[in-house]
Amino acid sequence: MTPFLFLGFAALLVASALMVVIHRNPVTSALFLVLAFCSLAGIYLLLGAEFVGMVQIIVYAGAIMVLFLFVIMYLNLSHDVESGVQIAMRRALGWVIGALVVAEGLLLAGRRWFPGPDAHPIAPLHPGNTQAVGEALYTRYLFPFEITSILLLVAMVGVIVIGRGRGAAAPPAAPPPDLTRGGGS
Amino acid sequence: MDALFQNPVLSTAFWAFVKIMIILNGMLGIVSYLIYAERKIAGHMQARTGPNRVGPLGLLQPIADVLKLFFKEEFIPTDANKVIFHIAPMLAVIPALVTFVIIPFGPGDALVGTDLNVGLLLFFAMSSLGVYAITLGGWASNNKYALLGGLRSSAQMISYELAMGLSTIGVLLLAGSLSLVDIVHAQARVMHLGPLAIPAWNVLFQPLAFVIFMITAFAETNRAPFDLPEAEGELIAGFHIEYSSMKFGLFFLGEFMNVISISCIAVTLFLGGWNGPGPQMLGIVWFLLKLAALLFFFIWVRWTYPRLRYDQLMNLGWKVLLPLSLANIVLTALAITLTGGNA
Repeated sequence: MTPFLFLGFAALLVASALMVVIHRNPVTSALFLVLAFCSLAGIYLLLGAEFVGMVQIIVYAGAIMVLFLFVIMYLNLSHDVESGVQIAMRRALGWVIGALVVAEGLLLAGRRWFPGPDAHPIAPLHPGNTQAVGEALYTRYLFPFEITSILLLVAMVGVIVIGRGRGAAAPPAAPPPDLTRGGGS
Repeated sequence: MDALFQNPVLSTAFWAFVKIMIILNGMLGIVSYLIYAERKIAGHMQARTGPNRVGPLGLLQPIADVLKLFFKEEFIPTDANKVIFHIAPMLAVIPALVTFVIIPFGPGDALVGTDLNVGLLLFFAMSSLGVYAITLGGWASNNKYALLGGLRSSAQMISYELAMGLSTIGVLLLAGSLSLVDIVHAQARVMHLGPLAIPAWNVLFQPLAFVIFMITAFAETNRAPFDLPEAEGELIAGFHIEYSSMKFGLFFLGEFMNVISISCIAVTLFLGGWNGPGPQMLGIVWFLLKLAALLFFFIWVRWTYPRLRYDQLMNLGWKVLLPLSLANIVLTALAITLTGGNA
């Protein structure tokens, strides 16, 4: 059963990832990316990593991509804003990078260390990998974990500073009109 | 038939199918009579009688409503993004339905879809996917009011999801598990206080978390007083303004299913799930009674409180509920550490 499910999720993942790049409408591309994240979560589940699979959906599909959609909808990117030169440049660059990726793939496929289907399966964790992830984070990887949270805090403060504008603090926002008492009559 | 039950894959698939059919049809039935109950209760709260013409006491009203929805004309705006316009209502129903797979309606394997060890995370994953339905429905309609409603809703749901997730952590700390079945088992004790027997439900140990969870539940399901995405006074009807016929019906169905699933989660996390006096057999009855009480609460609040203003909504979410739920986590963790886990 598992190999069929894996093939299904993997095919869905590759197809939706391709559609992200191919499709012209940015909103549709973003939606295919959501589908790609969900199929990746399915593969995580098949590997016995339930926690990672669920967090993949909650964080990437549920939070980050919604914000992406927000930005795309606000900017209204339906028309091409770049000149022809930029597009030609990008197309040339795309061919070069694509050729590099294909060459790398061919090189890797020729090597013997490419793990086949009979590689050692990972033993399922008991009592569950939520506990395992938590223990690893708060004991062995405590320092990187705390550094990451400070980094995120710095980024948040930075966003607020940039959002308020340069120099002196922006004037406090005007209070909303008081509509509860009949508007000054 | 014997061959079917001897093959493990086929018999799993068969029982999964049976459970899916029971949950799907049961929920469709509950939703249609929840809408009837809402209209009836709203009527009595406003000193009217509510629907009373179709069938005895108006009990056939839901059937008439659904038939009406099916026979209405489908309308698709000319400049709408056709594909996404069709997908959005489906996205409103599917995550709401998937959530029911983890809900333990009663003791024993037969009354739980699947006892996932990350059950609660599945609920949050599905509720975060529910945002797409409203956002995309609003965007694909190519209508300013619909777009505004969709944007409001995504901002609202993302903000309140944080507070909701954090408010459940206290419960998780007490139960030591993400599985909803384990969380219900953790609430099975009965405390004796003199002649009184008090059930050890989480609502007693986590009252603040329960209040925060219920407030955020209203925001997540876009119910009054947090129904800003469809505020008819300013946005006409918000995200579903261009939807008609059964596509509108699907949004409606999704909203009510979300109300039911979130109430089921609240019963499981805070009100002891299937626990109650009497034999184990009565478990499902207790669960459904608690669920009915919470559903009534949802309707009661809707017809009692006026809608919040947008800035009030954001202030409440970010400046009140989020800090309070963080404080609740710290207090709970402290209490568990001090008592050595025997809270």
